Amino acid sequence: MDKALERILPAVQKPARYTGGEYNEVVKDKREVKLRMAFCFPDVYEIGMSNLGMRILYGCINAEPDIWCERVFAPWGDMAEQMRENHIPLYALESGDPVSAFDVLGFSLGYEMAYCTVLDMLDMSGIPLRSADRPGLVPLVFAGGTSCCNPEPMAPFLDLMVLGEGEEVDIEVLRLFQKARDEGWEKRRFLAEAARIPGVYVPSLYEPEWNADGTLRAMTPLEGAPERVTKRIVSNLDAAYYPTAPIVPSTEIVHDRVNVELFRGCVRGCRFCQAGYVYRPIRARSAERVIEIGKESLKNTGCQEATLLSLSSSDYKHLTAACDGLLDWCEPQNISLSLPSLRADNFSMELMSRLQKVRRGGLTFAPEAGTQRLRDVINKNVTEEELLNTCRIAFEGGWNAIKLYFMLGLPTETDEDVRGIAELASKVLHVWRQYSPNKQRGVRITVSTSCFIPKPHSPFQWEAQVPMEEYRRRVELLRGSITAKNVSYNWHDADTSFVEAALSRGDRRVADVIEAVWRAGGRMEAWSDYFRFGRWMEAFSSCGLDPAFYASRERAEDELLPWCRIDMGVRTGLLLRERHRAYEARLSPDCRAECSACGAAKLLEEGVCDG
Amino acid sequence: MDKLRLRFRKTGKAVYISHLDLMRVMQRIFLRAGTPIKYSEGFNPHALISICLPLSVGTASECELMDFRVTRDVDLAALPGTLNAVSPEGVRFLEAYEPERRAAQIKWLRMSCGFDYDTRDTSALLPALEAYFASPEVKVTRRTKRGEGEFGLAPHLREMSWTAEPGIVRLECLVSAQEPTVNPELLAASLREHAPELAPDFARFTRLETYDADMAVFR
Repeated sequence: MDKALERILPAVQKPARYTGGEYNEVVKDKREVKLRMAFCFPDVYEIGMSNLGMRILYGCINAEPDIWCERVFAPWGDMAEQMRENHIPLYALESGDPVSAFDVLGFSLGYEMAYCTVLDMLDMSGIPLRSADRPGLVPLVFAGGTSCCNPEPMAPFLDLMVLGEGEEVDIEVLRLFQKARDEGWEKRRFLAEAARIPGVYVPSLYEPEWNADGTLRAMTPLEGAPERVTKRIVSNLDAAYYPTAPIVPSTEIVHDRVNVELFRGCVRGCRFCQAGYVYRPIRARSAERVIEIGKESLKNTGCQEATLLSLSSSDYKHLTAACDGLLDWCEPQNISLSLPSLRADNFSMELMSRLQKVRRGGLTFAPEAGTQRLRDVINKNVTEEELLNTCRIAFEGGWNAIKLYFMLGLPTETDEDVRGIAELASKVLHVWRQYSPNKQRGVRITVSTSCFIPKPHSPFQWEAQVPMEEYRRRVELLRGSITAKNVSYNWHDADTSFVEAALSRGDRRVADVIEAVWRAGGRMEAWSDYFRFGRWMEAFSSCGLDPAFYASRERAEDELLPWCRIDMGVRTGLLLRERHRAYEARLSPDCRAECSACGAAKLLEEGVCDG
Repeated sequence: MDKLRLRFRKTGKAVYISHLDLMRVMQRIFLRAGTPIKYSEGFNPHALISICLPLSVGTASECELMDFRVTRDVDLAALPGTLNAVSPEGVRFLEAYEPERRAAQIKWLRMSCGFDYDTRDTSALLPALEAYFASPEVKVTRRTKRGEGEFGLAPHLREMSWTAEPGIVRLECLVSAQEPTVNPELLAASLREHAPELAPDFARFTRLETYDADMAVFR
């Protein structure tokens, strides 16, 4: 181990996250490989190692024998400080080599609040922040992940971005880059060539122009870059790569268990939900493959818990078969199965009862809104009756803690909707009083609210976020309406929601704000330990921008949006239809009941969506 | 065959795995290897694994001992190899056997200590270090459950043998392993507290061997 590193590790918290050496990490001979990639996750090890996307891509890229992909995470503050003081550059866990020695840096951009950390990781690696300040071809700095569906706020920092699922497009980009490096291409030539790969957005090949009112006038493709960049998907999940020998962390991480992905996409179409639109079309794994992945991963890791992942597991067609198959194997070995993202219906409760035979602690449901009217506005197809019925089954079955998630500030929300949240919680409490077989144990009902953030590529992408004073007023209104002592209330901080809203629909000018915040010491802004609201407001004002312009302004439906060059598969016409139906509180059926012809099926090779 | 003991090494990157994390690492190694470890009965079953002398984060060891229980006979000769094939870097099993003595009988640990001096002449420091630790008065302030207190190190240190190399002074010695437990880091702490001119720029420690009160190697 590096001597300088050996000296600082005893002085930092949880040093095991900075050493690598875990079981199943991929180590190759650096003299033998042709290309070295640093997979950079702009958050701490415990978060990054819990991210399924990173696990999949790490395995998938390393399945190429001549490419070595290593992991890089952002150090926590104490470690970052020690590294800077001792002139230790950011390094990759597998080889310990500095990131600056790599051919390629690939960032995972999952959430906006990690943007400053990307800049910090570049700086800790000694790499210039802006693509324009990196004239050489090497290193290539690119990014992928959900946040790239609005690529503009991070555009100046990245050489290119990949949209959608990375399994295939990442390899295509890496191979083209390898060729360019070996043949000594200029960076400009490589980027122009890369822009021809479907799913690749090269920010420097799109030139924004502005209207006097600050809105976007044009986003002009240069040098033959495509008019629209369409996201990539993996058509056949059964045939797709899946990591069944994932790294087993030697220290505790957030989700320390085997992850088995059931399907991609969501049939529900909740109108606030970006994931529900950008991950379409629906593609399922077969039950046989799910069982096979589960068993192999459990054998290869020694984990005692597996979790079945998807956006809405109750909608997985083969759920019973997959659970039965896995339970048969897991139960005799004391391995537990968990199933998050279930809907509040009877079928799901029966399944939960079978999965959680002994430890019946808490259940979480997300009604999202307090009244049926508002749930209809957002197309959350769950009725109060269903929810209460599910709670009854849960209480009868021995569960004694229920968490209820809601959003405040949804379009058309009134005070009646806010009070409706408190009423719903007290109805749940009433159900417990009526049906709990063991009242001495007591009950915990937790209501949590977050502030609604309109997201690109969702039907609410044109909406205004409610002003923060108004959000705080609604929080107080709800606080005052919750009177039962068994019901506790948590709410999400207004300041971070406001900044996140400004970033998520930001344009290219917002990049200056992100850089200014980083220059003022901002990193790891997703952590309340580090987030400073004042720093963001100062940065916006020093860049001559108004955060409210991005967060709290309703867009005209014909306004040119910063993500106008990105096609996530769903046609804008459908997003508009859903928006208009929201204002009529009119439900849209889920994809299984009636196909909405959203357009995502065109991405499939065979063109048949599993919805 | 029910109670078994494993002797293993914890070096390199693995020295940063904390005691609590190591328990989970071990449990997963057993599960990957298919070792029939025994679980506790009851509501929240956990593997019956116990590490004899918990090791501080950052300290290496050539002589860790871990007791565990199995539900059926296992091939003791083959076990270390089977486990090594599924272990993280730096954890290496050396030997598996049925223990004859309880871990409470461990009394002494042979330690290898390395004191880094980046800018000072180690051959000049050596006699002063020897003299400092030869004193029956050598002590350190240490925090225990009962609060902060002065702790006399001398009775719990033995067989100190010093060598100087450029940049580093090496010490091999015995420290009391239990009753009281003496963390070798206390040696460096004592220097920082009472003889800062002798305090090293960095200190690293490795456990080499375990002994009982009669100085017989403990297995």
